[in-house]
Amino acid sequence: MQTLTNRSKAVDRHPMTMWEKMYLPSIAKGMSITLSHFFKKKPTIQYPEETRPFSPVFRGLHILNRDEAGRERCTACGLCAVACPAEAITMEAAERKEGEENLYREEKYAAKYEINMLRCIFCGLCEEACPKDAIYLSETFAPSNYKREGFIYGKNDLLIPDPKTEPELYQKAVGERARKS
Amino acid sequence: MIQLAIDLAFILEKAILIGGIITVSLVVAMYSTWAERKVAGFMQDRLGPNRAGPFGLLQPLADGLKLFMKEEIIPNASNKFLFILGPGLAMMTAMMTSAVIPWGKQIEIFGRTVDLQIADINIGILYIFAVLSMGVYGIMIGGWASNNKFSLLAALRGASQMISYELAMGLAIIALLMLTGSLSLKTIVEQQSAAGGWWNIFYQPLGFLIFIVCAFAECNRTPFDLPEAENELNFGYHQEYSSMKLGFYLFAEYINMFMSSVLMATLYFGGYDIPFVNDASLIESMGMNTVAILQGLSLFAKAAFFIFFFMWVRWTIPRFRYDQLMHLGWKVMIPLALINMLITGVIVLIKENGWPF
Repeated sequence: MQTLTNRSKAVDRHPMTMWEKMYLPSIAKGMSITLSHFFKKKPTIQYPEETRPFSPVFRGLHILNRDEAGRERCTACGLCAVACPAEAITMEAAERKEGEENLYREEKYAAKYEINMLRCIFCGLCEEACPKDAIYLSETFAPSNYKREGFIYGKNDLLIPDPKTEPELYQKAVGERARKS
Repeated sequence: MIQLAIDLAFILEKAILIGGIITVSLVVAMYSTWAERKVAGFMQDRLGPNRAGPFGLLQPLADGLKLFMKEEIIPNASNKFLFILGPGLAMMTAMMTSAVIPWGKQIEIFGRTVDLQIADINIGILYIFAVLSMGVYGIMIGGWASNNKFSLLAALRGASQMISYELAMGLAIIALLMLTGSLSLKTIVEQQSAAGGWWNIFYQPLGFLIFIVCAFAECNRTPFDLPEAENELNFGYHQEYSSMKLGFYLFAEYINMFMSSVLMATLYFGGYDIPFVNDASLIESMGMNTVAILQGLSLFAKAAFFIFFFMWVRWTIPRFRYDQLMHLGWKVMIPLALINMLITGVIVLIKENGWPF
């Protein structure tokens, strides 16, 4: 029979010779293999102390972005919620009052913005749908939680730190993914 | 009347020695569990336990605490007295072996010369064999009292396996005894550590091989861990056990392992003899107590190697099938041991009578 690859091996079914029946040589061989593994470098990543580097296109936890003046970009248009295939995003819009121009970029803003991380499939369609570059997926993932309620992330969990008041935290949170404005 | 006078200092000395040796064996068994997991991890390219304390050294304490905290369950249908007796018996027989093992030559404290051996009885090896055979009662009673089919099967397997391998082990030892001419472990060690004396492994390589294989079977260690074969018998004879009663069974296994390691070192690797030096001349130059400590460490180093060897084999070789186990025991080990005995006997006769050939 013609083989598809040249890696196939015929099964050897000959009766064991005296040398093979002694088992000890093959046991010694096996033990030398395990001992060689004993001294090998371990591939373990010690998780909380070390983390595995993520790919630059990794889609992690969502972040609600601000502009350079520290105003929220989101206008609560709802396109992300419409785009979301898992229906994880809910929001409530509100109108900007007088004197709140330093907080919100446009006249309309999201008073409530919630993402259920247990529903979210991290597809990144919300990021693509957003016309204001207000939401993007970062390079971290949602930390564990003891309760289901803990996975419903509100605005205070998602909003990025203000670049005016907390520039270092902002730089740390913004990462490589956000479109710099 | 003089013979009946009780030497209080002697009783105190032995009590301290017994306490010390039991503590040491328990600590060694405790850290064997840690070492087992560490060795298993390293051989499988993992790191093993490393969270509790530096290098995971507090892991055995955490495990022990967990076992103590677990609910104590005694099955309704079990024989309650025997159910509790089982683990106790397993633990006790595991500890009893240490009584005749010489841990070092002698030390001098407060003007008293103290032998580092609990009892130097002239039938030391017979005593060890008697205690080892009693070890099977722990498994048998525990497995039977659980009133569980799997436990009972495991107990039967354990009993028949131990009895089969004890024969070959005994025959291997008989060949050794022909050479030493003594059953006392102290005499055997002294013969090996005397000037010009060689370790028994050089006289009895085949005997040692048989002994170590049988020791694996006696300790219920892989590749002969049929009594607790997880994939066929769930958990074997300690399936119904929980809490520290289970801990006792697991612990007894490690103590057994330590004791048979020490026994192998004593019988075949010179016991407390420090390799490459003459112990007698070392005592003159360094003093008795220092040498005794060094001898103890030497014995522990040898035992530690054998414990590592036990683990090394466990994480290399798969478990035997039951018929293969019996085949190996009865049709390979016993004939081999008999042949070994025959050859040894012939050589001993030639040496004694100086037969011309």
